[in-house]
Amino acid sequence: MRQDLVAGLAGLLFSVGLAVAGMTQPHKVIGFLDFFGNWDPSLAFVMVGAIGVNTIVYRLVLGRKEPFFGGRFQLPTRTDLDWRLIVGAVLFGVGWGIAGFCPGPAVTSLVGMGTPAVIFVAVMLAGMGIFRMVEGKLPG
Amino acid sequence: MENFTPVPALIGGLIIGLATSLMLAFNGRIAGISGIVGALLAPTPGDARWRVFFVGGLLFGGVGMWMATPEAFQSELVRSPALLVVAGLLVGFGTRLGSGCTSGHGVCGISRLSVRSLVSTITFIAAGAATVVVTRLLMGDV
Repeated sequence: MRQDLVAGLAGLLFSVGLAVAGMTQPHKVIGFLDFFGNWDPSLAFVMVGAIGVNTIVYRLVLGRKEPFFGGRFQLPTRTDLDWRLIVGAVLFGVGWGIAGFCPGPAVTSLVGMGTPAVIFVAVMLAGMGIFRMVEGKLPG
Repeated sequence: MENFTPVPALIGGLIIGLATSLMLAFNGRIAGISGIVGALLAPTPGDARWRVFFVGGLLFGGVGMWMATPEAFQSELVRSPALLVVAGLLVGFGTRLGSGCTSGHGVCGISRLSVRSLVSTITFIAAGAATVVVTRLLMGDV
């Protein structure tokens, strides 16, 4: 239960951070991706801030045997660069560039933006569902 | 560059970093949104509840921020509904195929110095940038 509350608090902070940062405004996200036009570098500062905090905290925390609320650290262990990683990132990037939405800001915007975010999230979940269905049939 | 807002962006980033750091420090988890949401489509016992709490927090925070500062949310449509559908499918499928999105790879993975996450992040930013160029050529400015 303690872990559930931390997860809830983290989700809450995450969405507040996204809204403060401007990531719940798709035109701002598209402006960040618009390197060859009217480039808005703001979102690079979001990454700098988030990665800065994480880099310090991760370093301190991962020296421990286990997380503060027990269990174990569940970190990705793969190091290979396979086609799924690359193709997945390309597909995601294209969708991100079209809509200006990635998963976190889209879920955060469900109420504030209304219909467009609802459409986007519904279809995004469908895309995740389609992946689940075809996952076993994809080449290794 | 007239839309440049480095200070709120940095503050927002620090808050996001706090959120992802809490997840690792207390729960030992990477806070990747596509992974957290995606695994809820086929929930396994004992692994679903924290995800529901996280997504609930996201929604709750979103509603709170919308009530406090509605201008933080863009209400007008960026693209046509048809394009939004295409984009949503690509984001949903692509993030699961590629094992993460902006949060899992871009924020958490790079913080762990993961080469996979760095490659993923460079790839999706490049793909997004190329897409913005192509969509402008095809249908004008946003």
